[in-house]
Amino acid sequence: MRTTYHVVVIGGGSTGAALVHDLVLRGFKVTLVERGELTSGTAGRHHGLLHSGGRYAVNDQESAIECIEENIILRKIAPGSFEENDGLFVAITDEDVAYLDKFLAGCETCHIPTRVLTAAQVKRLEPHINPQVKLAVQVPDATMDCWRLPMRFFATAKHNGADIRPYNEVIGMLITAGTVTGVRVRSHVTGQEYDLKADIVVNATGAWAEKVSEMAHARVPVKPTPGVMVAVRGRWCNMVINRLNKPSDGDIIVPQRGLSVIGTTSWTVEDPDRLGLPEDHVRRMFEKGGELIPAVKHAPMRAAWAAARPLIAEGGAQEGRELPRTFKCFDHKVRDGIEGLVTISGGKGTTMRAMAEATANVVCDKLGLDIPCRTKEVVLLPYWAYYQ
Amino acid sequence: MNQHGRFGPTRPITLKILRYKPGFIDPPRYDTFQVQADPLMTVLDALEEIKATADSTLLYRHSCHHASCGTCGMKVNGREQLACVARLVDEGTDEVVVEPLGSAPLVADLVVDMTPFALHMAPSGMALVRDSEFMPEAERPAGVERYTRYEDCIECNICLSACPVANTNPGFIGPAGLAAAYRALVTGERPAAEVFAYVDHDDGVWRCHSAMECSAVCPSDVQPGHKIMALRRELVAYKVKRFFKRG
Ligand SMILES: Cc1cc2nc3c(=O)[nH]c(=O)nc-3n(C[C@H](O)[C@H](O)[C@H](O)COP(=O)(O)OP(=O)(O)OC[C@H]3O[C@@H](n4cnc5c(N)ncnc54)[C@H](O)[C@@H]3O)c2cc1C
Ligand code: SF4
Repeated sequence: MRTTYHVVVIGGGSTGAALVHDLVLRGFKVTLVERGELTSGTAGRHHGLLHSGGRYAVNDQESAIECIEENIILRKIAPGSFEENDGLFVAITDEDVAYLDKFLAGCETCHIPTRVLTAAQVKRLEPHINPQVKLAVQVPDATMDCWRLPMRFFATAKHNGADIRPYNEVIGMLITAGTVTGVRVRSHVTGQEYDLKADIVVNATGAWAEKVSEMAHARVPVKPTPGVMVAVRGRWCNMVINRLNKPSDGDIIVPQRGLSVIGTTSWTVEDPDRLGLPEDHVRRMFEKGGELIPAVKHAPMRAAWAAARPLIAEGGAQEGRELPRTFKCFDHKVRDGIEGLVTISGGKGTTMRAMAEATANVVCDKLGLDIPCRTKEVVLLPYWAYYQ
Repeated sequence: MNQHGRFGPTRPITLKILRYKPGFIDPPRYDTFQVQADPLMTVLDALEEIKATADSTLLYRHSCHHASCGTCGMKVNGREQLACVARLVDEGTDEVVVEPLGSAPLVADLVVDMTPFALHMAPSGMALVRDSEFMPEAERPAGVERYTRYEDCIECNICLSACPVANTNPGFIGPAGLAAAYRALVTGERPAAEVFAYVDHDDGVWRCHSAMECSAVCPSDVQPGHKIMALRRELVAYKVKRFFKRG
């Protein structure tokens, strides 16, 4: 089925990637504009964990269920894209051990498969683990390549007819009588400005969502909430190593290629373009990471950087990690009386496909269409097909 | 020491950046910007700061910020590097010149077109994921048949930019594509006959002059030059074997 409707998607992160893929499969004419390189916002530089959901199984079960479902789907539609070595939640202290029952109960509720391992077993699997380890729980975590996974969605969407325009920044909205009818774009390649007409505009700019929605005088309660990550040389584990406890700083080590990436921290900023890199956060990654795998404390640093979570602060009072991790799709007709504009924000790299499905459903509803989503079944093209 | 996250004192550094936007900033020119660099500030950090505070139209490629995606290859003081791990103060100069890679068509500012590179890489047949050789003594958990990891090559195009042969022969597969073909051969990802058909011609494995610039600049320990030599040896052995089989 081919519709004559044109949807403009703003933002070429993982959410935008999955969304253009979904929309072209449903027959829409789609144009995506991204101000920089594709995935140059948060999506390309996150921690690289394909979540099993274990991290959220106690405090945020809605997110945990989304994660395990999408974890399974992504492995199916993007085969050969992950380091599929599973993950461990390791208990180092007695306090960690005390968290075990809650953790296992949460995982069971969310249908996350677990296997409890003794200290001796853990040491045989991961020789560099802190020798104080008391026990661990195996879960289906994996490592993702934050550039190449979204690129598979972009590649497939492009081959299905999507017009994908990196280096094109939205600098304004076209508004006629309370309806968004398109966007004003500046090409950073030619320096020229142009208008792009649309039946629906989707704001998929993550931590920038508030900035962009303000162009249409619409409001989105997104708080840019950065975190610091540190990559050290050497692959000090093959599995993803998480701390068996409430989410906190530096409690995950994601191995990737020949590196080990320690993350992360959490604070809030006003401007997603000015995150900075707090020195104490960088040092804390070595300290906290060292509690899981002592060797990372002395491993040479390859890189330290920050990325901004687009967390939804609907409730107002919540801070940092307390903010819910699930995504929200805002129809600005309902929220602000502005027609033609939808915002999708929040979520995770792991849930990119589900976020796109929910958003494309809203787009269909707004246009009075009933077209089923096909992204759970369609196997994605290789990432390099983007250039063919 | 900045090795473990200590930032230390800052010093002013001038970045001299090549600017080009077809039909707009044309011919190319250099713009200069100043930043206060601490010992950890990378070229990419500086570009991000300049973009956020001084010139929002500055264009460069970047994604992962930790030397794993391969998008931010550029020339820093004339040498091909990943901007995300090239530390400004390590350059040792008060002015740091930043230019696009030389091996691919220029799109704008520091952005080059990766299409020709991808077209040389894709047919190599190398898979993204390989067996992990780290900690061979480690046992595997139930359900994990083999420990895997991503291939080293991050497809940054840096080796082609540094390769004297690739710069004068646009048809040359180039170090990264040949190294990838070697990986596809040794992992058995692709039948030997197909790999050799891909590399055994004038623009393939025989074009390389063993300048080894590629191995010197590769930021991801691929050692492409050494892999090209190994590929040649495999190819010769394969031909000899085939010759005697025929006879
Ligand atoms: C520290 C940290 C660690 C994380 N770790 C993980 C993890 O391990 N696993 C996981 O699954 N998730 C992780 N996440 C979450 C995940 O990274 C994000 O939820 C996800 O990447 C968001 O993608 P997005 O496409 O919504 O946003 P983004 O990737 O930020 O995309 C928005 C895009 O919009 C563009 N844009 C902004 N303004 C404009 C404009 N005016 N015109 C055009 N384009 C514009 C930006 O350049 C950007 O590319 C982590 C997040 C953080 C912060
Ligand atoms: S071989 Fe090395 S330099 Fe060449 S593209 Fe791959 S990672 Fe980059």
